[in-house]
Amino acid sequence: MGIVPGMIKGLGVTAKTAYETIFPDGPLKPPSPSKGAVTVQYPHEKETPSPRARGVIALQEENCTACMLCARECPDWCIYIEGHKEKAPPRRAGGKPRQKNKLDRFDIDYALCMYCGICVEVCPFDALFWSPEYEYSEPRIADLLHDKSRLAEWMETVPDFESYESGSEAKVRKVPR
Amino acid sequence: MIALAFWIETIFRSLGGLAAVLLPAGPIVYIFLFKMMSFMQSRLGPTEAGPAGTMQLLAEVGKWIQKEDIFPRKADRLVFAAAPFVVLASSFLLVLVVPFGPDAWFVNLDTGIYFALAVSSVSVIGILMAGWASASKYSMLGGLRAAGQLIAYELPLVLAVMGVVIQAGTLNLQDIVLAQAEGEIFGFGGIGNPFILTQFLGFVIFMIAMQAELTQPPFDMPVAESELVTGYMTEYSGIRFLLFFIGEFATAGIFGMLASALFLGGWWVPGLDPDSNLFNIIGPGIMFAKVMGVMFLVFWFRFTYPRFREDQLQQLAWKVLIPLSLVNIVITGILKVAF
Repeated sequence: MGIVPGMIKGLGVTAKTAYETIFPDGPLKPPSPSKGAVTVQYPHEKETPSPRARGVIALQEENCTACMLCARECPDWCIYIEGHKEKAPPRRAGGKPRQKNKLDRFDIDYALCMYCGICVEVCPFDALFWSPEYEYSEPRIADLLHDKSRLAEWMETVPDFESYESGSEAKVRKVPR
Repeated sequence: MIALAFWIETIFRSLGGLAAVLLPAGPIVYIFLFKMMSFMQSRLGPTEAGPAGTMQLLAEVGKWIQKEDIFPRKADRLVFAAAPFVVLASSFLLVLVVPFGPDAWFVNLDTGIYFALAVSSVSVIGILMAGWASASKYSMLGGLRAAGQLIAYELPLVLAVMGVVIQAGTLNLQDIVLAQAEGEIFGFGGIGNPFILTQFLGFVIFMIAMQAELTQPPFDMPVAESELVTGYMTEYSGIRFLLFFIGEFATAGIFGMLASALFLGGWWVPGLDPDSNLFNIIGPGIMFAKVMGVMFLVFWFRFTYPRFREDQLQQLAWKVLIPLSLVNIVITGILKVAF
């Protein structure tokens, strides 16, 4: 009959957890479950997400060349890009005017996005970054289509680059600013 | 006794029945299901609706009432619609025979506990109706599992009560309470003789079988959410789901009343004369306190143990509980004749 002692032990575990939740300061102090619980009471207090958390994708607009690599690699096809070509002044005096891609539209539909991060990985010009920002829910699902100005706002929440441990210097890229 | 017109008496009885079924269910859900369960998992539970989340259940009821009452296309509509009412009706039938005081009862049947155990099986019919009429494989399996489980655990439940009946010498719940109040333990009558002391094995078997009858974990095979979505309740939504929910916890409260009447002395507390009129007033309160004690045990087991497998569930009933309760009956019978 090894069952019964184990069952009593199990009852003890739940009772002990309840006691530690209700009386975190000991039995003589008034009960304060909000202190004893391990959970964070979200709208009232917030956790800081870790710096590399995949909260939302931010856009550094001046780096984007509308090359469409992100839009093509996106498994959900949730990135919409439109652009046009513009003449830019020549790099050296007397040279030919350059052609430059100007970004007109860069929308990400976060109702479709599955946060795989392939677009951030594939971007050759460091225009897309992960931001730990997560509070951007909307009452209507159509409002989750965020345009480039909103994506640029999130650029400010992208944490500064933290250097990797030694020996990984070769990987240093994706520096937001 | 004041003689009342039949219709006034009927109204009082209906209101009393509603109060006896619904009033314990609310505190049971709030105190145990919402709060105690949360604390045992080191979280807070509802905190927003009302002070410390006390109004949460009202908010949930409001939400359920607003929801659409969906019928599956292939459902047997009449049976599907009636099933929750059959389940709830068994709770109302159960509460009829529970005594709340020397004169505070709905019906004082001579075969009270027999009636209670008989009508507690009515809910099986409702659950089978729900499982069959939903036209869903999850509901069907859940309903069949519920029927198998409830019928298997009906036996140890009845056999555990047999010990009490032998010791009290009556099937009348009121007389069982009085037998405990007037009983003596080896000539000492200070605390009466609550049958939990002399029928401890019966009490343990009754509690286990009751847990299974209420389909509370670890006996929640019929609603096993990781296998069967929610079993026979899968296709229900809105107010019909609410009726199932109320039925579940109202029946829990009433089984708690039966357990306290059978084993804990019912409306009686030591130190007071069981014939005094005071018990008609404080009896329901004492009953409520004892129900809360029983429910604490039920929900403590519920939150601690994981679910049984179907064969383990049947093995526990047929190979452990029924032989134990038969032994309990034999020993009680021998001691009853010997003393």
